[in-house]
Amino acid sequence: MNLTLKIWRQKNANEKGKIVEYKVGDISPDMSFLEMMDVLNNDLIENGNDPVAFDHDCREGICGSCSMYINGEAHGPARAVTTCQLHMREFKDGETIYIEPWRAKAFPIIKDLVVDRSAFDRVMQAGGYVSVNTSGNTLDANAIPVPKEDADQSFNAATCIGCGACVASCKNSSAMLFVSAKVSQLALLPQGQVEREERVLNMVDQMDSEGFGNCTNTGACEVECPKEISLENIARMNREFLAASVKSKK
Amino acid sequence: MSKLDAKIPKGPLKDKWTNHKNTINLVNPANKRSIDVIVVGTGLAGASAAASLAEMGYNVKSFCFQDSPRRAHSIAAQGGINAAKNYQNDGDSVYRLFYDTIKGGDYRSREANVYRLAEVSTNIIDQCVAQGVPFAREYGGLLDNRSFGGVQVSRTFYAKGQTGQQLLLGAYSAMSRQINKGKISMFNRHEMLDVVIVDGKARGIISRNLVTGEVQRHSAHAVVLASGGYGNVFFLSTNAMGSNVTAAWKAHKKGAFFANPCFTQIHPTCIPVSGEYQSKLTLMSESLRNDGRIWVPKNKEDVEAIRSGRKKPTELTEDERDYYLERRYPAFGNLVPRDVASRAAKERCDAGFGVNETGEAVYLDFASAIERYGKEQANIKGLDESDKELITSLGKAIVKAKYGNLFQMYEKITDDNPYETPMKIYPAVHYTMGGLWVDYNLMTNVPGLYACGEANFSDHGANRLGASALMQGLADGYFVLPYTIGDYLADDIRTGAIPTTLPEFDEAEQKAKDKLQQLIQNNGTKPVDYFHKKLGKIIWNECGMSRNKEGLLKAIDDVTALREEFWKEVQVPGSIDELNQELEKAGRVADFLELGELMCKDALERAESCGGHFREESQTEEGEALRNDQDYTFVSAWQYAEKPSDSVLHKEELAYENIELKQRSYK
Repeated sequence: MNLTLKIWRQKNANEKGKIVEYKVGDISPDMSFLEMMDVLNNDLIENGNDPVAFDHDCREGICGSCSMYINGEAHGPARAVTTCQLHMREFKDGETIYIEPWRAKAFPIIKDLVVDRSAFDRVMQAGGYVSVNTSGNTLDANAIPVPKEDADQSFNAATCIGCGACVASCKNSSAMLFVSAKVSQLALLPQGQVEREERVLNMVDQMDSEGFGNCTNTGACEVECPKEISLENIARMNREFLAASVKSKK
Repeated sequence: MSKLDAKIPKGPLKDKWTNHKNTINLVNPANKRSIDVIVVGTGLAGASAAASLAEMGYNVKSFCFQDSPRRAHSIAAQGGINAAKNYQNDGDSVYRLFYDTIKGGDYRSREANVYRLAEVSTNIIDQCVAQGVPFAREYGGLLDNRSFGGVQVSRTFYAKGQTGQQLLLGAYSAMSRQINKGKISMFNRHEMLDVVIVDGKARGIISRNLVTGEVQRHSAHAVVLASGGYGNVFFLSTNAMGSNVTAAWKAHKKGAFFANPCFTQIHPTCIPVSGEYQSKLTLMSESLRNDGRIWVPKNKEDVEAIRSGRKKPTELTEDERDYYLERRYPAFGNLVPRDVASRAAKERCDAGFGVNETGEAVYLDFASAIERYGKEQANIKGLDESDKELITSLGKAIVKAKYGNLFQMYEKITDDNPYETPMKIYPAVHYTMGGLWVDYNLMTNVPGLYACGEANFSDHGANRLGASALMQGLADGYFVLPYTIGDYLADDIRTGAIPTTLPEFDEAEQKAKDKLQQLIQNNGTKPVDYFHKKLGKIIWNECGMSRNKEGLLKAIDDVTALREEFWKEVQVPGSIDELNQELEKAGRVADFLELGELMCKDALERAESCGGHFREESQTEEGEALRNDQDYTFVSAWQYAEKPSDSVLHKEELAYENIELKQRSYK
């Protein structure tokens, strides 16, 4: 395959960026999208040019590092995959592909396609945990039975990889899908009950202060989420937040 | 040999850990506040260690090269985590887990360490459930288990095919809580470039901020390396692209012994290589061998027909298939340990029975499982068991519930539907049992320098059993290191903060900067990957699934020559003072080029076969690995000299007081 790539190049956070055109040839349909990017970068380096910077690590769809906005969609045209799992067979020979970074106020660009997603970490630090010390002196793991359905639903929410595709896809740059996945995971388990109210209030508070937008129920996040995290989680978080706000003395 | 005192506590095996905890020195809570600890790496071992140390009151500085601690490669572990809970009432016990691990490791690990690992394994599950890790459960609400290779009980806890993710997010959440409290200072996108030794003790590190390029000094009273394994020396592996040996290797060059570097694990079930452009390999969890049956055609004509597309695997009758693991190892069948399964696949493929174009693939087939589960479901629901279509659809639903995400991942990569046609798999590099030498306290031979998780060598001998890496990472980080480090730090309560203005810091920083400059100014013509791919091929061919003297000698020469070429010819674009991913890669590959040579030297030295280390000169008549306990019941611990080939071997003799050494048999 031969392709034309139009890629966002930006030297660093302070300089202005622009779309630059590149050509790549001899691309196999069995290559992953990032392997295609490797081919481009190899060409660039051999010709004495600066390669395109992009985040990637596991290349099997689980670490959440890769983050490319391809032809106007987070992680490209295929559903339920990250960029690293996207294969070139999804594209046609001769096609022009636009590649941009995640765009959101809360995710400032570091270089080219690399953005700073530490806002997600800070939201987690605000309450995305059960406050139990790692002493090992806890109850036996089977002391509290958990209904299989609750455990499964909690697991489904917990499969979020924190890539930020939800934010990048949302016209409001809302992080509701990400935050609600963690709130749901813990709200559905008996272990998460003690801090249930405090958790949702603190996490939402941090989410707002990071500059993420509000949710207007367009559902784009769910469509683009590589792990197919359900919108139900946002509904659950809204209920949790409302209940906690009413009870809260704040 | 005084240098290699493993410091194993006296007394009966089962009391060693308890007695040790009761007698080691403690640091009181007020004093902990004035002690700093650096933790490098945020995988299961690093994240759990950082969280636990911070909870105890130490000031922790935590480093990862990824943009968030949650992305460390433990996240990709699929199948599960072992624990001797015996919830299934199938005869499991701490002793059995201990025994299986020693046997699985082909009698090349330390009894005391492994027993402790088995002992604390049960705590891990309790701890993780308390953190809100959503393990798989049965309908009664209790935890579910499955079985893994090399054992005859079901002791593996799991969360679908994302167990590593769920456990890592648990540890990450514990870390997040401490970051929020200010007890952990987190340094994302930072890479350790060197360890700083002051008066013989590890007192800090040199790191590079990968965004700004700034080279920095960080001091502490102790340094913990939880920087993972070195599987990427092979270029193609199931490791993440960024996984590297740099932290461990720099520690090695500063005096820490590197143990058993040739003990690497080739995992039997990975998606086969599809082309030269390939950047990494994807694992298909070992849990699939619970239900998948491995086979190749019996006849060469069928192999040819399949390769050329004239026949489909599903068209072959049972008689035309060779379920070679079931044939060779009836007692364990498809669930033999990884080293055995990998070699058996290589044996069939080398004999010309590989089922893809490259001849390097075997089938992993779920048809029998789909039928079995389908019948079971029909029975439960009182439906017609003779309706084939119904059975298949019921069976597929169960298989989907168990392995859905793995099947989906396979289909995304290969464009083949594994519910309809068998998966094609081939062995790939997955894990490294070797690593920094540590004593019972997880301290290297450099005082104050610790290594935990995959970065150390201690628990898996010459072959790791499935679902034991997660167990070891969390055991080290949650339950072992936080206790044992106190014994060392108790002497540091009056030391006060370590100044970063010491000459040792000056020197280490300057060296790190010089190395970076050298790479940038090299003016070569070849990208880093060119060298990395070449290195990978050498190591895979000569120090991979099977090794011999001649090949290893050649590999040592080849790696040496390649390293020289690298320093002449490598081209690194850009500058030091910016985000420069090529520069990061170059530094890592430079270290792999040294490690590769040491691996071959270690493999050459160990003229026996054991676990994943198969020396062709040492095999039984049936082609199984033949150990030589008389001469090789020791840990090889290498001391760095000016170049890897001059490294000095130290031996830690392994004493088996509780287990009788036997030829490993899974037949």
